[in-house]
Amino acid sequence: MSAALLETHALCKSFGALEVARSIDFRLEAGARRALIGPNGAGKTTFVNLLSGVLQPSGGRVLLAGEDVTRLAQATRVKRGIARTFQINQLFRGLTVLENVCIAVAERLGAGGGMWRPAGRRTEVVEEATRLIRRLRLEADAGRRVAELPYGRQRLVEIAIALGLHPRVLLLDEPAAGIPSAESHVLLEAIASLPQDIAVLIIEHDMDLVFRFAQRITVLVSGAILAEGSPAEIAANREVRAVYLGSALDA
Amino acid sequence: MSAPLPAVRELAVRHRLQWWEALPWAAGLAAFVAFPNYLAFGTQVLVTILFALSLDLVLGYAGIVTLGHAAFFGAGAYTVGMLAAHLGWTEPLSGLLAAALVAGAVGLLSGWVLLRTHGLTLLMLTLCTMALLEQAANMFSSWTGGFDGMPSLSFKPILGAFDFDVLFFRTQYLYALAVLLLCFVLVRVLVFSPFGRSLTGIRENLLRMHAVGAPVRARQVLAYAISAALAGVAGAVFVQATGYVNLAVLGLERAAGVLIILILGGYGRLYGAFVGAIVYMVLEHTLSKAYPTAWQLGLGLTLMLVALYAHNGILGLGDAVRRRWSAR
Repeated sequence: MSAALLETHALCKSFGALEVARSIDFRLEAGARRALIGPNGAGKTTFVNLLSGVLQPSGGRVLLAGEDVTRLAQATRVKRGIARTFQINQLFRGLTVLENVCIAVAERLGAGGGMWRPAGRRTEVVEEATRLIRRLRLEADAGRRVAELPYGRQRLVEIAIALGLHPRVLLLDEPAAGIPSAESHVLLEAIASLPQDIAVLIIEHDMDLVFRFAQRITVLVSGAILAEGSPAEIAANREVRAVYLGSALDA
Repeated sequence: MSAPLPAVRELAVRHRLQWWEALPWAAGLAAFVAFPNYLAFGTQVLVTILFALSLDLVLGYAGIVTLGHAAFFGAGAYTVGMLAAHLGWTEPLSGLLAAALVAGAVGLLSGWVLLRTHGLTLLMLTLCTMALLEQAANMFSSWTGGFDGMPSLSFKPILGAFDFDVLFFRTQYLYALAVLLLCFVLVRVLVFSPFGRSLTGIRENLLRMHAVGAPVRARQVLAYAISAALAGVAGAVFVQATGYVNLAVLGLERAAGVLIILILGGYGRLYGAFVGAIVYMVLEHTLSKAYPTAWQLGLGLTLMLVALYAHNGILGLGDAVRRRWSAR
C-alpha cells in the first residue's frame, strides 16, 4: 500500500452530548477513488467539514502528506491542496459562471489580491477558467449569472471551482445531488479525467454512481466507521446491508 | 483552440469607460458655470459624494454593514483642523495626505478588531467606535476645541496659487471636484481589480470565499482601511473648504445620513453615491426652504417610496425600467 496522502487519527467531534465523529481512523492514498456512504445523519458531511477545516475537531488529528494540519485554517488547507464542494451549492449567485470560476483560479494563482490590472485582463486566470468551463460543458452559460441557472448546472459550477484550485485531495459532498440523470455523465467524465495522482473522496447516495466510481468504499454509521472494502466486499457485508435496509424502511 | 467565449470578451472589456461616465463630471463643471451663487452648497454635495463613495466600497462591494463611518470622516476632519490650529500646518494637499493616513490607520486598527464579528454585533461596534471618538473629541478640548470645535481656520492657497474663496467657494468647489475625481478613479480601478472582485465574492458568499483559500479577513480589513482613508479625505476637504470643524463631523446624524444617501442612490455600483447625494441634498435644501417646519416629511416620503418600489435605490429602479423596456 502506498503512503497515505490524507489520514486521520482518532478524529472526534461532539456538539454538546451529541457525538458526530467517534474516533475515526481513516486514510486516503494518492490516486484513491473512494466513496463515503452511510445513512442520513451518519456524520458524512461533518467528516468532510473536519477534513477541510470548516470545523475544528474535539480530539484527534488530520494529516496531509504526513504533516499535521489539524489546527490550520480552511484557507491554508486549500493552499496545501485540500479542496471541496458543498452538499448545498455555495456559489457567488450574483456573478456570472465565468467570474465564479475566475475568482477561484485567481486565488490559487495568488492573484486574488491584485489591485491594479482589471480582473478581466488577467489572461492566465481567464484562460484557465475557460478551460474548466469547457470541460464541464458550461460554455453556453458562461456569461449568465449563476442564480439564473438550473440547480443541476450550478452543481457543475461547484465542481469547476473545486478543480480550479488544483487540489491534491478533492472532497465531493454529494456532487450528483440535483443533477438530472441525463447530465450526470458530464460529472462522471469530469471526475474520470482528473489527474490520476490526486485523491478523491466522494459522498454520494446514488449507489449506481458509487459502484461505478469507487475503487474502495467506506461506510460511516453514527459517526463511526462500520466497514471499509472493495465495492464487492461492501455489497456482500451483512452489517452494511442491515443498516441500509433499516434506513430504507425509515425513509 | 476554438474562438473565445462571448463571456470572456465581455469580461475583458467590462472595466472600460462608457461614454455616459463623462456625464457626472460634465454636469459638475456645468453647475460651476450655471449656479455661481450655490457653490458652497455644491461643495458640500461633492464632499458628501466622496464620503458616500468611500462607504460604497465597504458596504456595497465588501458587504460590511457599518453605522459608524463618520468616525473616519471625523478623523480626517480633526486631523486637518488640529494640524492647522496647533502646528500651523495649513498646506492643503499635504493636509489631505495626513488626513488619509490618520483615518486609514484608525480604519486599519478598528477593522482589525471589529471585523471578527458580523451583522448586528458589527453594526453596534462600529457605532461604539464612532461614539468613542466623538467623546474623545469632546473631552480633550484643549486639542479639539471640545463642544465648540475649532472655528475660523484658514488654509494656504492650493498649490501655492489658488486662494480659498471665502465668499463664493469657487476654488473650494473645483478643489472638491478634483479630489473627488482622483478618489473616484482609485475606487473604480479597485472594484474592477481581482481584489475588488474578491470583495464582491466575500459579500456574495463568505463560506465559498474561505473554501477557495482566500484570506478573507485580511481582504476585509484592507478594504475597510482604504475606505476609511477616503472618508478621511472627504472630512479633510470639508474642513479646508468651510474653515471650521466641530463635533457634528463625527455624529450619528452624519453616519446615518450617508448610509441613507447610498441606499437611496443604489449601493455596489459606484454612481449610486453621486445620484443619492445629489437627490438627497437637493431635496433637503429646497424642501427646508419651502416648508421650514415640515420639510423632513417630504424627505421621509421619498425614502419610503424608494424603499418600497426601488430594490437597489434610484439606479436600481433605472435598471428595472430598462430591462422591462428591452423585454417588450
